[in-house]
Amino acid sequence: MTPTARRTATRTALLWVARHALAIALALMFLGPLVFIALTAVMTDRQALTSDLWPHTWDWGNFTEIFEKAPLLTWIRNTLLYSVLATAFMLVSSIPVAYALARFRFRGRRLAFLLVITTMMLPPQVVAVPIYLIWARFHLTGTLWPLILPMLLGDAFSIFLLRQFLVTIPREYSDAAKVDGCGEFRTLVRVILPMARPAIAAVALFQFFYCWNDYYGPLLYAGTDLDNWTLSLGLAAFRSVHRVQWNLTMAATLLAMAPVIVVFFFAQKVFIEGVKLTGVK
Amino acid sequence: MRGNLRALLYLSPWLAGFAIFFVYPLVSTVYFSFQRYDLFTLEPVGLLNWEYFLKDQAAWTAIRNTLWLVVVMVPLRVLFGLGVAQLVTRLKAGAGVYRTIFYLPALVPLVAGTLGFVFLLNPGTGPVDALLSAVGLPAPDWFGDPAWSKWGLTLLGLWSVGDLMVIFMAALLDVPKQLYEAASIDGADGWRQFTSITLPVIRPVLMFALVTGVIQTLQYFTQAEVAARVASGATDSAGSVFTPGYPDQSTLTFPQWLFQQGFRDYAMGYACVLALVLFAVAMVFTLVLLRQFRFAEEES
Repeated sequence: MTPTARRTATRTALLWVARHALAIALALMFLGPLVFIALTAVMTDRQALTSDLWPHTWDWGNFTEIFEKAPLLTWIRNTLLYSVLATAFMLVSSIPVAYALARFRFRGRRLAFLLVITTMMLPPQVVAVPIYLIWARFHLTGTLWPLILPMLLGDAFSIFLLRQFLVTIPREYSDAAKVDGCGEFRTLVRVILPMARPAIAAVALFQFFYCWNDYYGPLLYAGTDLDNWTLSLGLAAFRSVHRVQWNLTMAATLLAMAPVIVVFFFAQKVFIEGVKLTGVK
Repeated sequence: MRGNLRALLYLSPWLAGFAIFFVYPLVSTVYFSFQRYDLFTLEPVGLLNWEYFLKDQAAWTAIRNTLWLVVVMVPLRVLFGLGVAQLVTRLKAGAGVYRTIFYLPALVPLVAGTLGFVFLLNPGTGPVDALLSAVGLPAPDWFGDPAWSKWGLTLLGLWSVGDLMVIFMAALLDVPKQLYEAASIDGADGWRQFTSITLPVIRPVLMFALVTGVIQTLQYFTQAEVAARVASGATDSAGSVFTPGYPDQSTLTFPQWLFQQGFRDYAMGYACVLALVLFAVAMVFTLVLLRQFRFAEEES
C-alpha cells in the first residue's frame, strides 16, 4: 500500500468508528425514555418517587392494579371502537375519491386536489365551534360518534396519500383492463386496489394510530362521563382522577404504547413506505 | 360530459364532507364572530369580540408561545431530522436497526410520550438532571419552570423526529451518486459536497418539511396541555378547574386558548374570532405549500 492509500484507509476506518459511536449514543437517547417508562412501571410507588433507575423489586402486580384503579377495559374498548370504525369508514369513502383525483380527467381536477390539500392542512380548531354545534343539535356530544361519522365523507390526509400513490401506477394496467371489457369501477376493484395494497395498508395504519393516539378529539366530544372516555383521555387524567401513583401511571402508559409498538414491528415496511409518501418532492 | 358526471359520483363523499365540515362551518364561524353565544343565548354584538381580542392578554401570551415554538422548535426538528437521516444513510452496517430505533418514538402516543417526558425530566424522579449536574450543566426544573417548559416540549419534539428522518432519508438516497463522484474528483470535501450538492437537491423536501412543520405547530395542543396538566398536579376532582399553561402560562398555545374560550368558558363567539385569526395565519402557510405543489406538478 502506498502511504496515501494507507492514510485514506485510516481516515475511512476512523470515520466508521466515529459514525457508529454517534449512532449508538443517539440510539441510547432515543430508547432511554422508553426504557425509563418500562422500568418505572414495575417499581413500587415509593421507589418511583426517587431518582433510582433500577427497580429494587419487580412489581408485576402494577399491571393488574391499574385495571382496578381505573375503567381501563372500557377505555380500551371505546378506543378500539373509535379506531376500527373510523378506519373502515375512511377507507370506503376515501379510496374512490383518491382514484378519481389520480385518474379521471374532468374540469376542476386540479382545484379539487388543491382543496384536499387545503383541508388537510387546516387546523381542526378553526371550524371546531360550528361543527360542535351541529353535533350538539343531534345530541351526539358526549359520545365518540362526532369523531367516527365524518369519516364516511372522506379524510383529506388519506385521500392525499392514496392519490400520491395511485398516480404512480402506470396507466397501461387500467387501459388493459378496459380493453378486456372491465368498467371503471371493476377496474378499480380488480386491478388498481390489489396494486395499491401497500398504500391502502399505510393509510389504514395511519388512520388507526391517529385515532388510537387522538387526544384533542375525545377531549372535545367524549364529555365528562368516564364510561365514554378513550385511553388517551384516561391516561392524561390518570394521575389526577384517582390520585394514582407514578409507577401505576407509567404502567398504564406502557399499556397504551404496547399495541402501537408491536404492530410497528410487524408492519414496519408499510409504515416507512407510507411516511415516504407524505414527503413530496 | 359523461366523464365529469362520473368524477362527480366518485368525488361525492368528499364533496359532501367539504361542504358540511369546511364551507358551512367557515361561513358560520365568521357569523358567530359577531355574536355573543354561550349555547343558550345568541345576541349580535358587532365588533365587540374583535375589540376584546386586541385587549386579551392571555391570547397574546398564547400567540407569543406559539410563535416561540414555530421559530425555535420547527427549525431545530428539521435540522436534527436531517442530521440523523444523513448519519443513518452513511452507516453501512446496521442502518436498518438504527432507522427502526430512531423512528420508534414518532409512533408513541402523544399523551404517553408526554407523560414519560414530564416524569423523566422531573428533577426528583428522573435521571436527566442528575446527569446534567454531573457534567456541570445547569439542571433546570423543566416543566415546572416557565423559562424552561417550552424547551422541555422542544426536547419531546426532537425525540419524535422519526417521520422527518424517514422523509429526509428517502430524499438523500435519491440524490444522484454521480454528482458526488464528480465533486470528489474535483477535490470537494464532505462539507462542500453537502452545501453545494445535497442541500440544493433536497431543498424542496426541506421546504415542504418546514412549511408542514409550521402548520402542525400552529395546531400544537396535546403535548402542551398534557404536560401542564401533569406537571401542575391538577386534580380533576369536583370544584377544581384545570387552566392550561402551567407554569405561569408559559405552555399556553393558541389552540389551547381557543379551546378554553369556546368549550370550557363557552364564549363561543369570541372563540370564533380566535379561530379566524388561526385560519388566516394557517392559510398563508398553506398557500406557500400549494405553490410548491404547483411547481411539483409542472415538473412531473
